[in-house]
Amino acid sequence: MSGLFSPRAWNKIWIYKGTFLVGLLNTMKTAVVALLIALTLGIIFGLMATSGKKLLKAISRVYVEIIQNTPILLQMCFLYYALAFSGHSPGIIVTGFLALGIYTGAYMAEVIRTGIESVPKGQFEAAAAQGFGYVGQMYYIIIPQSIKVILPPMTNVIVNMIKNTSCLYIVGGADLLSLTYSFVTGENTGGSYAPAYIVCGIIFFLICFPLSSFASMWETSLKKREQKVFQNNALKEA
Amino acid sequence: MSTLGASLSMLKNPAIINFIFQGVLFTLIISVVAVLFSILIGTILALLRNYCTGKRVRVFKYLSVAYIEIFRNTPLLFWIFICLVFCPVPGFVDQPMFGLSSVNNKLLFKAAVALILYTSGVIAEIVRGGLNSVPSGQIEAGHSQGFRMVQIMWYIVLPQTFKAIVPTLLSQVITTIKDSSFLANVAIIELMARTKQILSAANRYNGTNSINVSDVFVLFGVAALIYFIINFSLSMTVRSMQKEGVLNG
Repeated sequence: MSGLFSPRAWNKIWIYKGTFLVGLLNTMKTAVVALLIALTLGIIFGLMATSGKKLLKAISRVYVEIIQNTPILLQMCFLYYALAFSGHSPGIIVTGFLALGIYTGAYMAEVIRTGIESVPKGQFEAAAAQGFGYVGQMYYIIIPQSIKVILPPMTNVIVNMIKNTSCLYIVGGADLLSLTYSFVTGENTGGSYAPAYIVCGIIFFLICFPLSSFASMWETSLKKREQKVFQNNALKEA
Repeated sequence: MSTLGASLSMLKNPAIINFIFQGVLFTLIISVVAVLFSILIGTILALLRNYCTGKRVRVFKYLSVAYIEIFRNTPLLFWIFICLVFCPVPGFVDQPMFGLSSVNNKLLFKAAVALILYTSGVIAEIVRGGLNSVPSGQIEAGHSQGFRMVQIMWYIVLPQTFKAIVPTLLSQVITTIKDSSFLANVAIIELMARTKQILSAANRYNGTNSINVSDVFVLFGVAALIYFIINFSLSMTVRSMQKEGVLNG
């Protein structure tokens, strides 16, 4: 199994542990910057989608539909080659920030839109009647109620984004998976397939698993709470 | 944009159109096949995870949980790379067919296996959501009628489950069509890889002896349009089904 039980292969991993650390660092860096871009885009387009103005809604819809219905790899290649052939290449890692940020932004926008729409309309009207402006409404009334609906799916989006940093491979990136691949196929370092992939997989798993199990636990408890409220209401009516 | 005309002229080349069209076909076939196999594996995983709670069979539950969590928390490309090295290839794949070389066929097989393994983990969770939506009274009723567990699953629970998750499964097809573009990293078979391939040789086809920005826009634009048309029509279908479901329920 290409060195699963050979001490030499494992030793090689230990000697070249820097490669994995650099890869992890690059992946985390890409993920954090892309997350910031995605959050900004998501909030802007999510608010636009719930603003009730037809034009803003349409713009947000077009962005979300175009981005969600084409693969991230295609977007990344498009961005990279379009910038490179027009002579403004910003480098692979910046391309990664932008492409991942724009792609994840569309999912964030959908999550935020559903979250805000989950708050009953009466809340907006009541807030307006109490003299809150748009910002006040959002900050004091809508966001505190929708955040618990928004957070679990948002965590899932983040997990997917961390997994998607591996897309950088197609434009020659230096993220964790690309570096692992060049490590196992490299001339001096090659051969220790099994140990290298195990290390890489464990790193991904350790980052993603806590996030995704947090999301699913939160979701289950939300559903339970909703059921309880529903049952209580039913009891009161009966 | 004086080069735009030259880039657009590439699309009049029947060889290029044919090449792209084959790519679309492969994308669709790979995705549908992957989803079908994944539904089979995913259903088994979901059943094991949900119902193997007895003392003796509990180990199957833990295995299925491990499988689902591991595949959901690692990237697809990771599994494609692993399958490239470790996946065994049966002999009949190792020959030229479907207009692909034997090397590409082997790569296609390995990458498709990776895609199936990865998608099964996701579909297992979808099926589990469906299983949980079936009221437990149905199982008890089945028991009281003298059905055995396998029969209860086959005749009572699974039909209701699949009816409930059809929209979610369809939107998983969209995701898989997008995920199939990951195969572009290892082999030139489907739409994404072919688009990249044409771009890298665009200087030979567009008549200007160089690759221009307009080539990028035209080629990736066409690919994006194809993906968009396929996926958007699917997601419209999903939405109309969900609306109907709301009305019926």
